[in-house]
Amino acid sequence: MSGHHEHDQDHHDHHEGSSLSEMDLRVRALETLLVEKGYVDPEALDRIIESYETRIGPRNGARVVATAWLDPDFMAFLRRDASAAIASLGYGGRQGETMVALENTDSVHNMVVCTLCSCYPWPVLGLPPAWYKSAAYRSRVVIDPRGVLADFGVSLPAEKQIRVWDSTAEVRYLVIPQRPAGTEGWAHDALAAIVTRDSMIGTGLVTLPGAKA
Amino acid sequence: MNGAHDLGGMEGFGPVIPDPTHTPFHARWERRVLANTLACMAMGVWNIDAMRASRENLPPSEYLTSSYYEIWFKGLVSRLIQEGLVTATEVESGVAMEPGRPMPNVFTADKVAPALAAGSQYTRDPDRPAAFAVGAPVRTREMNPSHHTRLPRYARGKAGVIAAVRGFFVFADANAQGLGPQPQWLYTVRFAGRELWGADADPTLSVTIEAWESYLEPLA
Repeated sequence: MSGHHEHDQDHHDHHEGSSLSEMDLRVRALETLLVEKGYVDPEALDRIIESYETRIGPRNGARVVATAWLDPDFMAFLRRDASAAIASLGYGGRQGETMVALENTDSVHNMVVCTLCSCYPWPVLGLPPAWYKSAAYRSRVVIDPRGVLADFGVSLPAEKQIRVWDSTAEVRYLVIPQRPAGTEGWAHDALAAIVTRDSMIGTGLVTLPGAKA
Repeated sequence: MNGAHDLGGMEGFGPVIPDPTHTPFHARWERRVLANTLACMAMGVWNIDAMRASRENLPPSEYLTSSYYEIWFKGLVSRLIQEGLVTATEVESGVAMEPGRPMPNVFTADKVAPALAAGSQYTRDPDRPAAFAVGAPVRTREMNPSHHTRLPRYARGKAGVIAAVRGFFVFADANAQGLGPQPQWLYTVRFAGRELWGADADPTLSVTIEAWESYLEPLA
């Protein structure tokens, strides 16, 4: 699992057309074959990609978190049945069939991983970032979560309990980060705007713009 | 299978490199690998557990030096060949040597949005009561199956506590082998960091996994 390699590919992408990478060629050959065999519909492929590049991403989860911060009844619903609560906001489906919300508190910090592959709550966070799928994260967060947090510039009090959730089946976790002080009276959209993807995985905290983590 | 995918607790991969942007793909071909993988799975010839097994079966040296979507690509090709849907020669050339097998469930464009919104149902109606309740002490079994399993090596033979009873779920180990769903009760099991990693572990750490009932034995 070479995370750096993926960044190398980034550079190839910028020059797409002038120099196709070996992977570009191999994947194009496979897709051509699958279309010719009648196994895949190219238009369906485009729609899948479009869904995950535009519609299904971490802004969905941020709206869930903002709603949880503002509405105690919704927070109670999340605790009772996170799948149904999240569905009530219009989010659900593939790789989010069984959702569980994890609340960060003054005494508990939650972090989510899939050490065996890359299980991730797609309907609320979209497709996972490269680091979530990397060997570095998957190997280390279960044994040295504070070291991983340091890579993200996050330091937690020494006495804080750290709960790492390894997604080894079809249960998907969404961390509900702590609402930062100084946001009293904020509207839903303003709150959702400060909720980062990393804070909903557990590798980040929600901070006020300009404040240090 | 004790493959290179089972990474928990390994060392030496260096720091995690954060990326605050939402950039799920870093090249065009990565987009196409994701889409072709989902579309092929939707044909219904194999399931998600079998798909994972195909990626894990890569030789460790290859798994660890491939990027994430390279692993997906290799897993997809290997599964397509294994199922007899394509040949290695065809994959190499990109040209079909013989017509495709008729597929009743090709993932056409009109099916995409409804299918992504509906997801897949992994729960089944229970046909027996759960053996463990929340708070029950359990030990994970020591096991090293040659087939796909979702019990990571770092959590085998370890004492923990049932943190949640999640429901009656399709059993990944059986499903991956084409043996049918064989559903079982699924639990979230919590382990103290020190149980997993020894006395030097962070005393504030606990780790949970999801474990099917057959992964567990009661701890008296």
